Amino acid sequence: MTLVLAADGRPLKASLNRALRRQKLRALMLIAPLLIFIMVSFVMPIADMLFRSVENEIVVETLPRTVATLDGWDSESGQAPSEDVFAALYFDLVLATEYKTHTRLGSRLNYEMSGISSLFRKSGRGVGRFTTDTYTDAIQAADLAYSDPAQWAVWMADDDVRAALPMTANIYDAWATMIIVAEEDVPAEEVPWDFVYTSLFLEVMEGAEPPIALDLSAVAPVSLRDQFADVDEDWLDPVVWQIVKIYSPEYTNGYFLNSVDRLKGLDGIEVRPENEQIYITLFIRTMIMSGSIMGMCVLLGYPIAWLLANLPARKANMLMILVLLPFWTSLLVRTSAWKVLLQRQGVINDTLVWYHSTWFGQLLDPVFMGLLNLCYALVNAITWVWNLINGIWGGTDGLYLDWAVAGFERLALINNQTGTIIAMTHILLPFMILPLFSVMKTIPIAYLRAAKSLGATNWTAFWRVYFPQSVPGIGAGCILVFILSIGYYITPELVGGTKGVFISNRIAFHISSSLNWGLAAALGTILLVVVMGLYWMYDKIVGIDNVKLGG
Amino acid sequence: MSALPSYATRGQRFWYYSFRVICGFIFFFLIAPIIVIIPLSFNAQNFFTFTPEMLALDPAGFSTKHYQDFFTDSDWQLALRNSLKIAPVATFLSVSLGTLAAIGLSQSHVPFRRLIMAILISPMIVPLIISATGMFFFYSNPYIPTPFGRIDLPFTLTGTYLGVVLAHAALGIPFVIITVTATLVGFDQSLTRAAANMGANPVTTFFKVQMPLILPGVVSGGLFAFITSFDEVVVVLFVGSAAQKTLPWQMFTGLREQISPTILAVATILIAVSIVLLIVVEMLRRRSERLRGLSPS
Repeated sequence: MTLVLAADGRPLKASLNRALRRQKLRALMLIAPLLIFIMVSFVMPIADMLFRSVENEIVVETLPRTVATLDGWDSESGQAPSEDVFAALYFDLVLATEYKTHTRLGSRLNYEMSGISSLFRKSGRGVGRFTTDTYTDAIQAADLAYSDPAQWAVWMADDDVRAALPMTANIYDAWATMIIVAEEDVPAEEVPWDFVYTSLFLEVMEGAEPPIALDLSAVAPVSLRDQFADVDEDWLDPVVWQIVKIYSPEYTNGYFLNSVDRLKGLDGIEVRPENEQIYITLFIRTMIMSGSIMGMCVLLGYPIAWLLANLPARKANMLMILVLLPFWTSLLVRTSAWKVLLQRQGVINDTLVWYHSTWFGQLLDPVFMGLLNLCYALVNAITWVWNLINGIWGGTDGLYLDWAVAGFERLALINNQTGTIIAMTHILLPFMILPLFSVMKTIPIAYLRAAKSLGATNWTAFWRVYFPQSVPGIGAGCILVFILSIGYYITPELVGGTKGVFISNRIAFHISSSLNWGLAAALGTILLVVVMGLYWMYDKIVGIDNVKLGG
Repeated sequence: MSALPSYATRGQRFWYYSFRVICGFIFFFLIAPIIVIIPLSFNAQNFFTFTPEMLALDPAGFSTKHYQDFFTDSDWQLALRNSLKIAPVATFLSVSLGTLAAIGLSQSHVPFRRLIMAILISPMIVPLIISATGMFFFYSNPYIPTPFGRIDLPFTLTGTYLGVVLAHAALGIPFVIITVTATLVGFDQSLTRAAANMGANPVTTFFKVQMPLILPGVVSGGLFAFITSFDEVVVVLFVGSAAQKTLPWQMFTGLREQISPTILAVATILIAVSIVLLIVVEMLRRRSERLRGLSPS
């Protein structure tokens, strides 16, 4: 078998492969700038958020020595830790207070147990007034060299001294760094602070050899445990220490547990007290409301898409503009329109009041209201059953009820779930109509006529012939609307009040008000996973390549 | 559906007309909220509802004072200027990078095509609040982490124009990719081959042959990207600072604290802008249909 050769003498196969490789490379070169851009400006931020939902370096970074010594403490003992741990806490806290990180740590731990924040703030203030200066005085009195900053610097540069006093060397280094960074001074010109002498004292008492021999047997030891207890009794509470120990690893699932109303207790995972459970309810509410919006969009979008798909092109194009105009109109314009319309003194309520004052209003109101209330009763019943399935007893509160009880009063249409559902249905309706329309456009109307000529009634022809063919369009529209609505922030924030908000509003709250960024990241991660699942489904059903914009 | 046959029964007639009435109501629901804003923005009072004078079409009930307010108030003018500064730059970024990538994606052999497409489209799918959260965290770092180590920046991106522009460009990219890819589907690759055959280099081919033909897609992608940035509020709220306050931001804070009637005037102006955009896109669509030999519908 002879090898087929290309013009340049290479085997044809190799030549083809090379051409193909070059083509691939060229395509990738064209894509690369954008891909890099998206990676840096979008994918990496999302990855950063995912990371922040488990990241928990603050405890071990702020209290490294305490965390290390706490390893030896038995959290089951029901006793506060020993003197060693309190000494480590003393060193860590003095440093943290100078760096001003102790308040941040306090607020971090406060998410897990309220009250810790003030404990840390109080102790940060108190730690400077500890009576450890007796050690300083005693050591400086024993030999003058100990009060000379330059001498300290020389000792601490000497490997023999460092080996003899490992803890003091460590503390001195931390102190020196702090003096340079936080105080912007030179360590060799500053007398070490009390806590450095404290560590020297502790080490000498344990039998270490200082550079100049010290006799400290006459000095009365100061119990740091008691010092801390004097500042705040809570330091003797083993629960505080358990919290510190639980959150000492660098990574935590605490934020995720928090976002599903659980907490990391002493014996594993616990359910939060009833009055602190909000997130599961919020997730369920977000789902139910997105589902209602999706349902409303199908209900309103289907007839419109049918009409547009089956009218003569010229008329359909005119009507299409009515769909595309809202699609192109600013989200905030539409939200402000709804805010204006739905207010208690707004256009809709004014119209209703006017209508009720006319004679036909008087005549027809009882009928309409009766019908309306019947609808609400039905919706309430469905909601109630739905809640029951989800394990919520009763709880139809407000979903549609405030309309039902409103009767002839001005309706409460805004700052509740009703407002959110109305406004968001309006905002997302074009996203349902456009995919439905593009699917319906491909269904030949002749099928309907054929069905009818075979004896089907209008309804059978529609339900058995037309509807099944339009299901892909419904699927595409539903997923699109659901994905978009589940992460909405602006509209629920403006018209949702407290009852009509979504999980995204809670995320925004934690970012900008409560500053619990880890929890915001965890909630965001859960939301992202849900959306990604739906996106994957959308890709399977419609294909991302087939997304169309503007009809 | 197109017309009622003369032999239709009474039931069919009834259904035909009631269906149209239902559709009429739905169209009303779609369009009325937008239209209602327009006359309300000319209200002489600071009300959000029609005054008796307005309903009686009394000229005294109308005024342009809310518009004057918009054009003289420094807050609104700053917001408008910021919007007009940020959106074009973000659009330029996403259109230039996006068109290039869409051309790359349309080639016949692209490895990992689906994955790349999924990544490029994701800014449209990921909820804005998540994008905003991520960008807020990431842009407040004074460094960019890479697998090879950190690239230190002398500044953070939060509260800068650059940060907002980058974020908005990322959000606009899916629209450019989608529209340009859609036009490229109808693009005849043999045209570029013919151009190359006649001695044109790839750059000339691109600007003289390919670009004019895919221009409608690029322009409508650009319009989408522009409106995305011009309209965007969640990300700018998180990534920007008061100096980058945009028009939607000003509207959002205005709506949250208390509605000022100026918002209605701004809304009316924005509606006019969206009508113009809608017309441009529609004209582009018809043009491309005509060029492809389809009868304009």
